[in-house]
Amino acid sequence: MEFRSPLAKVRGLGSAKAGVTHWWMQRVSAVALIILTFWFITFLDLSLHAPFQQTVEWLASPLNTVCMVALILAVFYHAALGLQVVIEDYIAAEGVKIVAVWTVNLGFLLLALAALIAVFRILLIG
Amino acid sequence: MADFTLPKNSVLTEGKTFQAPAGTKNIRLFEVYRWDPDAGENPRIDSYELDMDHCGPMVLDAILKIKNEIDSTLTFRRSCREGVCGSCAMNINGKNTLACTKAIDSYSGTIKIFPLPHLQVIKDLVPDMTHFYAQYASIKPWIETQTPPPADSERLQSKEDRAKLDGLYECVMCACCSTGCPSYWWNSDRYLGPAVLLQAYRWLVDSRDENTGERLDDLEDPFKLYRCHTIMNCTDTCPKDLNPAKAIAETKKLLIQRKLG
Repeated sequence: MEFRSPLAKVRGLGSAKAGVTHWWMQRVSAVALIILTFWFITFLDLSLHAPFQQTVEWLASPLNTVCMVALILAVFYHAALGLQVVIEDYIAAEGVKIVAVWTVNLGFLLLALAALIAVFRILLIG
Repeated sequence: MADFTLPKNSVLTEGKTFQAPAGTKNIRLFEVYRWDPDAGENPRIDSYELDMDHCGPMVLDAILKIKNEIDSTLTFRRSCREGVCGSCAMNINGKNTLACTKAIDSYSGTIKIFPLPHLQVIKDLVPDMTHFYAQYASIKPWIETQTPPPADSERLQSKEDRAKLDGLYECVMCACCSTGCPSYWWNSDRYLGPAVLLQAYRWLVDSRDENTGERLDDLEDPFKLYRCHTIMNCTDTCPKDLNPAKAIAETKKLLIQRKLG
């Protein structure tokens, strides 16, 4: 027997007063990725056709390093935001949901760190 | 996890077939979802052959003909028969609509009639709308003001401000849009759904309302509002040709405006 009123169930714990930034940053990072992807295609083309040393030197130039770092940040930030929404959509159990979201967040953070360190190694060591 | 398969006791079985009388020339087949809570059986699909020469033009006319002349046990909601009450919302040939404003001739072949998707079925074509109506009540669909009403007149509104309610006030809360939304299927316990969010926006843009900020506070939530992923089934299916997806987008714009503007 259910004694809670339908309205009590709907009102639940109330509004989280959050979500605007998440939604907005998903759009901002998406727009940034459109622009950065064009740069990334140039990089892919180069890395497939030019010799290794030339690619490394190209990537070590200040502008290209900045673009690569921006791309890495945008990609992993956008992926984490997006995957969180997917998890929230399909996983109903609260505990599993929270663990899954944070596993994904930390996973993408580690990947972003690894990618950034690779860029700095190229920049510093060549 | 979200449910992607039907529970065992919801799997459909083949039901009875009611043939048209011999000599009927213009026959149309209607397959209708049937479930009786007292029978302890799985839902079934009953087939009805109807004489189209003696049937009204709308799908609701066909359902009424079945109820009146063939099988009085068929259970469904209907009232106004002209698209203003929203009672006869159901899924016809895979799309939610109002049976009373949908012409039989707009379909070819067999017409398959199911209750609105992803709601608990009470009986046959009657779904349980309790949660949906509670969600509607939760957005406070009435004017909220701090200023006392004028002593000798109504609260006035310019023609331009009144025009902002066009495309919103016409909603009859039939739930075609909400029950057609996959996000609502998976998360209706917390996501308000397109119908209720369109109503929420109707009060956000009402120039006479003085609680816009509080209304936005209540909506600012990853689940209540932001489960909308602009799938657009709501706008596609609305039998009144309204645009709930746009109302939700406008609500998101108001929240952005409040945060960044």
